[in-house]
Amino acid sequence: MNQNHTLNTSIPRFPWKVLGYAGPVVVLLLVVPFVADYVKDPYQTILLSYGLIMGIAALGFNLLLGYTGLLSFGHSAYFGMGAYAVAFSVKYLHVTSMEVFLAGGLVATVVVSALFGFVCVRYTRIFFGILTLALSQVLWSLAFKFFWVTGGTDGLRVPTPTLLGGMIKTSQDKVIFLSHAYYYYVLIIFFGCVAVMWVIVNSPFGKALQAIRDNEIRAEFVGVQVRKYRFVAFLISGAFTGLAGALWAPLNGLTTPDILYWPFSGEIVFLTVLGGFRTFAGPIIGAVVFNYLKTYAVGYTVYWQLLLGAVLVTLVLSMPLGILGTVSRLWLKLRKSR
Amino acid sequence: METLIIHLLNSLLYASVLFLIAGGLSLIYGVMGIVNLAHGNLYALGAYATAWAVGRMFGSVPDVALFVFLPAGALVAGAAGAILEPTLLRPFYRRAEEYQLLVTFGLLLILDDVMRFLWGPYPLSASALYESFGSFPIFDSIYPTYNLLVIAVGVAAAAFLWAFVYKTKFGVILRATSQDKRMASALGVNVNKVYIQAFTIGCAMAGLAGAIIVPSQGAVLGMGVDALILAFVVVVIGGLGSLEGALVGALITGFVREAGITFFPEIELAVLYLIAAVVLLVRPAGLFGRA
Repeated sequence: MNQNHTLNTSIPRFPWKVLGYAGPVVVLLLVVPFVADYVKDPYQTILLSYGLIMGIAALGFNLLLGYTGLLSFGHSAYFGMGAYAVAFSVKYLHVTSMEVFLAGGLVATVVVSALFGFVCVRYTRIFFGILTLALSQVLWSLAFKFFWVTGGTDGLRVPTPTLLGGMIKTSQDKVIFLSHAYYYYVLIIFFGCVAVMWVIVNSPFGKALQAIRDNEIRAEFVGVQVRKYRFVAFLISGAFTGLAGALWAPLNGLTTPDILYWPFSGEIVFLTVLGGFRTFAGPIIGAVVFNYLKTYAVGYTVYWQLLLGAVLVTLVLSMPLGILGTVSRLWLKLRKSR
Repeated sequence: METLIIHLLNSLLYASVLFLIAGGLSLIYGVMGIVNLAHGNLYALGAYATAWAVGRMFGSVPDVALFVFLPAGALVAGAAGAILEPTLLRPFYRRAEEYQLLVTFGLLLILDDVMRFLWGPYPLSASALYESFGSFPIFDSIYPTYNLLVIAVGVAAAAFLWAFVYKTKFGVILRATSQDKRMASALGVNVNKVYIQAFTIGCAMAGLAGAIIVPSQGAVLGMGVDALILAFVVVVIGGLGSLEGALVGALITGFVREAGITFFPEIELAVLYLIAAVVLLVRPAGLFGRA
């Protein structure tokens, strides 16, 4: 076994050029609550929190789709597991600390993704998709049927948590809490997740995953243990998505089996492709855009599914590279023609 | 004894409907290599179309004569398939599987709302047909006669499909295309035409399943998505792309479901999915699948 092909954790160099695009976005994200307060619309901040949380889930999902070449149609399982772990620790352990929620959500999803991943990574392509879907529906049916444990379709309530063990004073008003303290809490974890995922995909491990995606047989010949690497990617992917689920539960205030149901997995796939799964930041952009799209489509018409379906079909037909992929291609063309 | 017979009949009832849905899904995958996520919606479309036709004609013709409207669901779903394949799916055969799954997922969302738009958010019933058949006694219990019709349709469909695929010239062309598309094309088979035909038949089977089940259960929004998940279980157990597999898978799923509903209702679905997962672990391509 060559040393280069084992899990290597050397940290890649940060591309400072990216700060040119990312810097303004970071500043913008930091000032959003102030702007929302100024226009007296704190709901916008909460809406953005939903988008950022879905962005974390999409980052995790895209490690499989974009970097390893595995299309999972069952990521609702890990998102839902994270959220239900939080709801259970509220209901049965009477915990209110957000940090315990996150830890519990992570542990629960890592266990579930290890279990599911063990089965699923033996397959690729369409069988991988169907298998992840089928296994995620086991969790859904359990959440749905064991209503005396999970609350059934009524779901479980998740009250406002305490952040950092109560070190920072948070407002009792739910809207103020969610649109200020909780928003920054989500934002910091979001930045952390982006940084960690960036390191992962640019590490030798991430490169090995891309090699598996591009040519499985060749990757195996140069000494990449394909199944083991896929399994680790599956675990990381599940953990990110579960973390997003754990963050989502207090924001939504309620967990229902809907987030375990497979159309929710479809939404995660949708938003990743919307942003562009061949890029690092695409899924995040897709998540935020999709969140606005869905929220306003639901508010605008009862036929919002039709609208989303039409967007998806048009997208796949005309812009398979997604928003970011298409924009960057246009940008390159523009630069060449000058 | 009589409960055993009733359980047996119920299992066969589930199996018949599941075979029609999963057989269509499997036929489409076998020939075209596409897993159609919107397949369940075509089943729902068949159910809605039949319920609507029966509802419209109820009272103006004798109740038993209403059963001539049963094929309506199959016709509508087949027609939808004949329109969708060349317009929506054909551009995707050369693209990666991810895109095929995505475009059919988009189609699922669209069809869901088209049905909500056409028939409204409330359930549609065709129970007049169900009741007109009455019931018959099994020892001390009674059993709806209509359910026997459903089982008969399932058996007839299985026999018809077998004869169609293995005994007709079109069946030979279908199997040839499924085995090697380029070779079939080189030998003068019009592959595009075969694709439309296969997709239409597959969709019509799903539509027929919806049509025959709607008199006893009614048409509700969301029935398609639930049916699709069960159809997945069936094809995973039996092997994607195999009609024999769909038949065996439907029988296994039918019996396990009936047993599940009776003995372990909480984990009925979980047990089904676990069986599917175990089959995939032991035989990756399903019981009858080609590896």
